[in-house]
Amino acid sequence: MTARRHIAPIRFGLGLRLGEAPPADPEAWLAAQLVGPGTPPLGGATTADAIRARAESITMRRQRDRTQAAQQGGAMAAAPQPGMAAGPPGRSPLAELLRSEMRLWAERRLDTPEPFRDRLVDFWMNHFTVSRRSGVVGALPGPLEREAIRPHVTGRFADMLVAVTRHPAMLVYLDNHVSIGPNSELGRRARRGLNENLAREVLELHTLSPAGGYTQGDVQQLARILTGWMVAMEREPFGFIWRPAAHEPGPKSLLGRRFGDGPDSQEAALRFLANHPATHRHLAVKLARHFVADDPPPAAVRALEEVLRRTEGDLGAAAQALITLPAAWEPPLGKFRAPQDFVLAATRASGLERPDFVVPALAALGQTIWSAPQPNGWPDKAGDWAGPEALMRRVDWAYTFCGRLGRADPAAVTEAALGPFARAETVSAMRGAGSVRDALTLLFASPEFMRR
Amino acid sequence: MTDRMPCTAEAPHASFRVSRRGLLLGLGATMALGGTRAAFGQAPGERRFVVVLLRGALDGLYAVQPYTDPKLTELRAPLRLPEPGQPEGLLDLGGRFGLHPALSGLHGMYAANQALVVHAVAGPYRSRSHFEAQDLLEAGAEQRLTSGWLNRALQAMPSTGEVRPGLAVGSGVPLLLRGSAPVGSYSPPGMDRPSDDLMHRIAALQQADPQLGPAFREGMRARGFAETALGAGDTDPQRASFPRLAAAAGRLLAERGGPRVAALELGGWDTHAMQANRVVGPMRALDAGLVELRDALGSDWARTAVLVITEFGRTARANGNRGTDHGTGGIAFLLGGAVAGGRVVTDWPGLGPDGLLENRDLRPTADLRAVAKALLRDHLRLDPRAVAQAFPGSDGVGAMRGLLQT
Repeated sequence: MTARRHIAPIRFGLGLRLGEAPPADPEAWLAAQLVGPGTPPLGGATTADAIRARAESITMRRQRDRTQAAQQGGAMAAAPQPGMAAGPPGRSPLAELLRSEMRLWAERRLDTPEPFRDRLVDFWMNHFTVSRRSGVVGALPGPLEREAIRPHVTGRFADMLVAVTRHPAMLVYLDNHVSIGPNSELGRRARRGLNENLAREVLELHTLSPAGGYTQGDVQQLARILTGWMVAMEREPFGFIWRPAAHEPGPKSLLGRRFGDGPDSQEAALRFLANHPATHRHLAVKLARHFVADDPPPAAVRALEEVLRRTEGDLGAAAQALITLPAAWEPPLGKFRAPQDFVLAATRASGLERPDFVVPALAALGQTIWSAPQPNGWPDKAGDWAGPEALMRRVDWAYTFCGRLGRADPAAVTEAALGPFARAETVSAMRGAGSVRDALTLLFASPEFMRR
Repeated sequence: MTDRMPCTAEAPHASFRVSRRGLLLGLGATMALGGTRAAFGQAPGERRFVVVLLRGALDGLYAVQPYTDPKLTELRAPLRLPEPGQPEGLLDLGGRFGLHPALSGLHGMYAANQALVVHAVAGPYRSRSHFEAQDLLEAGAEQRLTSGWLNRALQAMPSTGEVRPGLAVGSGVPLLLRGSAPVGSYSPPGMDRPSDDLMHRIAALQQADPQLGPAFREGMRARGFAETALGAGDTDPQRASFPRLAAAAGRLLAERGGPRVAALELGGWDTHAMQANRVVGPMRALDAGLVELRDALGSDWARTAVLVITEFGRTARANGNRGTDHGTGGIAFLLGGAVAGGRVVTDWPGLGPDGLLENRDLRPTADLRAVAKALLRDHLRLDPRAVAQAFPGSDGVGAMRGLLQT
């Protein structure tokens, strides 16, 4: 029973905070977090704020470049003044916004009242990855989380899929904002055409997965369906716009089903994909992999798949099913913590809950916030995170972080971090350590803390 | 605080000579800054004080060996180094004590009368727990406090302007410097790296893990750790971090109007096994760091005192693993141009059965607080009330005399 009280916050949450008692009734504690709309994060930018900040930053940069070019041209004749041309380049509105958005991200995860719900939010954010490695994404991931993920995290998958797919963050990340139906009004005038990127990833990553058996033809059909969902990046409304002039006219056939044209066809197609059996299967595997094991037991996958099918993609029901899976409660802690889990859990357990430490830590450990390398998101298997140099860096970080902890009480931090899962070997090594810093480094570098 | 002298054509050479002489006499120095030459004299606000905390308990009997004590070999044959003059032998400190050869930079300072050793010294507590002893060492009291003695000393110091007089160098602010006086902190960008010894302890925790164990070993190999020779000691580029920090501390302390008091930390001293190997890395780092600190301080070294302390000493006897366990009496180093060096300051208790504390540890015959109080009183020139506030409950412990140049 004690073990379950500690498994709940470690495996389903973000780890206990220093001094926080483990939940008395772990199943009830988790289930309660799935009820109702959840506690929304305080503040944060809207989609329009993010797009406007980017537009302003671009304007500022162009102006600066022009001034610089003009001054350099004039200065050549007189005396060269290197570095004096346009004064120091101030932080752009976009950089400012990103900074505060990342801070907000970390703050929320350090003091969330609903860590299980937030872990689910992060799971779905990763499922629907948008990455800042594409510059056009800018500060849009935060708005995507608040506007399209959070409202549906215990709702219907179909609603989440629609909200995400038409969100400017996703539309620009996967290029739908420049996709033009070849036979649309714009398509016939302009030389631009269809962009399949979003359609392909919706089928491959967000819904069916390749196991669903769609064809290249289906990708093209979905791409045609999605035309017209665009984004005003440089003018009002600085957000989603529906542009009939870019929409491919005529009926389309997706996986053998006919969809008409017009402003409702996108949503109809996405809802159809959301409730496809292959989608349920795909989501069940990913959920089980994230919460149970890298290679999830088939029984766990089947149970989740069955719930998704029966409830037509009720994600709250799936989350509830997850916490009733016997396999999800089995010790030992088996999932290797990705850097985000690792840093958040260590920070929460240590009591030094500084968002400004978390953000650079994630960059140093290779999981910069909102910066997955590809649309398939951050990997969710140990092999991708537990490489030799990654482990060395993790230990470096732990040692650096513990250097800032000062007067932490190793016993209390151990209790929050691992409870009964701290091995005798680790506790004994901590007792033999020459300083609090070394002791806590040993704790965070122990194999049991690296897992959840 | 600063006497400004007019700049004349003849002045540079003359003032240089004055400054050289001043340096040698510990009287102060002259610096040329732009068009003005500013002489920093004996003003209390210009003295530099650095405390280096060695966490993990340095074995004082190993670092500074009483090589003429007849009991030394009997107690710790595996840790005894050849006498001065022999190959890889101790560096002599005047005929009774010898310094570990890895501390050659420190030995140079000793020879220049700029470093001394206080031997058989300890704080008032008899805790053999690292964490508790470190807290008490830093608190400067016999019970845990929420502020450190160096911070309380800073409270009594005049502020030099916008810059905080106190500076923590490294990732965190040690308890020593925590308290109501605001202190600055400096940490170089990037991440610290654990000591060799700590890495090997972590590797031991990971060892049995089928997935992480091999990856961890591979990571250590890639970083150049010797896999089998635990504590090979000097294969560690990351050791450079303490010298780097010390150099940064020196540069900051040397700045005009910069901080005047700094604290640094260095771990890796908890040598329960294979001590002779494992302690070499930390010792070299310490030695290189002290040299860097001196060099970076430049002419300000003349008015600098550096106190190197550790939470307790280690057992007089070597244990069964060629290491030592937690003990009591140990050493402190005091160095800097302001120090009356070239001596081992000790009331040597001896290593015989009557000399040892509990037939186990080097018996402390001096109180660390007496050393620290001397620095606050005679170096930082704090008034008696401020010194008492730094070390509450120490009325019976007088400041040690004669540690500083007069």
